[in-house]
Amino acid sequence: MNGTTEIRWHGRGGQGAVTSSELVSYAAINEGKYALSFPSFGPERRGAPVLAFNRIGEEHIRIRAEVTEPDIVVVLDPRLFRVVNVASGLKPGGIVIVNTKKSAQQLRDEFGFDSTLGAVNATRIAWDILKVPITNTAMLGALVKGREVVKLDSLIEPVKDRFGRIGDINVEALKKAYEETVISEGT
Amino acid sequence: MAKRTPLEVSVAVAEAAKMADVDVVAAYPITPQTHIVETLAEMVANGELNANYIPVESEHSAMSACLGSSATGARTFTSSAGQGLELMHETLYIGPSSRLPMVMSVCNRALSGPLSVWGDHSDAMAVRDTGWIQVFVENGQQAFDHILWAFRVSEDHQVLFPVMVHHDGFHLTHVIEPITLPEQEEVDRFLPKPRYPYALHPDNPVSMGCYAPPFIYSEIKRAQDEAFRSPEVKQSILKAWEDFGNIFGRYYMPVEAYRTEGAKVLLVTMGSFSETAMVAVDNKRDEGKDVGIIRLRLWRPFPYEEVRDLVKDADIVLVLDRCISPGAQAPVYSEIRSCLYQEENRPQVFSFTGGLGGRDIVVDDFEQMIDKGFEMLQNGSEKEFEIIGVRE
Repeated sequence: MNGTTEIRWHGRGGQGAVTSSELVSYAAINEGKYALSFPSFGPERRGAPVLAFNRIGEEHIRIRAEVTEPDIVVVLDPRLFRVVNVASGLKPGGIVIVNTKKSAQQLRDEFGFDSTLGAVNATRIAWDILKVPITNTAMLGALVKGREVVKLDSLIEPVKDRFGRIGDINVEALKKAYEETVISEGT
Repeated sequence: MAKRTPLEVSVAVAEAAKMADVDVVAAYPITPQTHIVETLAEMVANGELNANYIPVESEHSAMSACLGSSATGARTFTSSAGQGLELMHETLYIGPSSRLPMVMSVCNRALSGPLSVWGDHSDAMAVRDTGWIQVFVENGQQAFDHILWAFRVSEDHQVLFPVMVHHDGFHLTHVIEPITLPEQEEVDRFLPKPRYPYALHPDNPVSMGCYAPPFIYSEIKRAQDEAFRSPEVKQSILKAWEDFGNIFGRYYMPVEAYRTEGAKVLLVTMGSFSETAMVAVDNKRDEGKDVGIIRLRLWRPFPYEEVRDLVKDADIVLVLDRCISPGAQAPVYSEIRSCLYQEENRPQVFSFTGGLGGRDIVVDDFEQMIDKGFEMLQNGSEKEFEIIGVRE
């Protein structure tokens, strides 16, 4: 849809993909934009592959169906590549942003991606800062580095609100991932 | 002007009940309604909402408690969905026949079996004939708005019928979107608390909803139906929307038309897929196709005149149902078709069913439906019914 940016989040139950999509909507709406976020509806099971979605635009958003042709894909768990085609339906000029230990070139060689890629070791950032391997706030930083769908600063308040006493360290993870994300243009 | 706030639609519905200053909430949690009643329970627990929250043991009890609460004149709210609404079914008829005002948000969900927690309109259609005023909404803002509207209509002395606000499970309930919240002062102005004229009181004991032997049951049911379909009730419904628009700036109607000017093919939808269908209508209009859409908002009492008026110039009417009626025609289709039967120049009416058990209907699906409509316009159709996107 014209003027609407569509995001698809890939994670596993418990990793916080749904929370990430929610926080993006909070930030976008607080900026005065229109946005929807929603999970791939269903009973949540820890560890199972889950999807979450965003649509962001300057006008009232009418489409509520799941995002099948995303502009942006964010992958919280690198091992999902082996079970899900995360780049499915990616629009031309779209970007896949991945939590990975590997470089963008290694991902291209191994999985055949030709789209623009964003790569960041969010798991290490999460271990270092949060002391748990939960990468959703780090991947928010990576998202904004890949495509500025919202301003980085706009995410700070929603992240702090959501995480309460661990809000500050989540903001730290977000900023750290923003700095460390490497973008590799598509071929 | 109030600012748009990011809210989950379920939280917005709870917020509306809070701003309506409800006195009693009796509800039993069930997917996909859970967040509404959890939020209300929390609001009552933390003192944000001064109401009695009755944590009942089932939906049957929830409605029973609501009936008692309403009979005392308390502003009463509940919410349910799918199997929960079905368990409540027996008690749903009592509010309308006893003229007890209350509001229920229904988070539409498919019915078992097979078990599905996802959305469709099976639960709404199963309670179609319970005698409640029923509206469908299309987005979070409308869901919020119609809780306020529903109390205003329900408690109007010309009405005194309970009102259900249907909003699709998950496609609405679990979405975070921008909602414009009004000022409390505006809500209070729109929604004063009228005194229920027949409130139970210890000084004046009466019985309500007593049994009726054959010599009186027909007369009671006739009186109920006449009141329900009366011009007074309709006027109150319209007036509440008009007053709502004048205060909050958003105007609603029983049936809403979009790009229907000169439309040869008309889609008819109800609920949260309507806006997706509007995108398909825009795309087809860009291709030069004369297509429009009408969206049913008021489902009961059924807006016969408005529907007839809006479809009278169309040649093909494509009705989308999110429910099947095994062995018979789909419910919305059947209603629209029957509504047009006496018309001299009636359009051909075609039945699409889709979006069952939470399956998406995407823009492309609606475009294909519209294309089929134009194909029928050219070549006619031997079929009258199709399920969209079903695998063979």
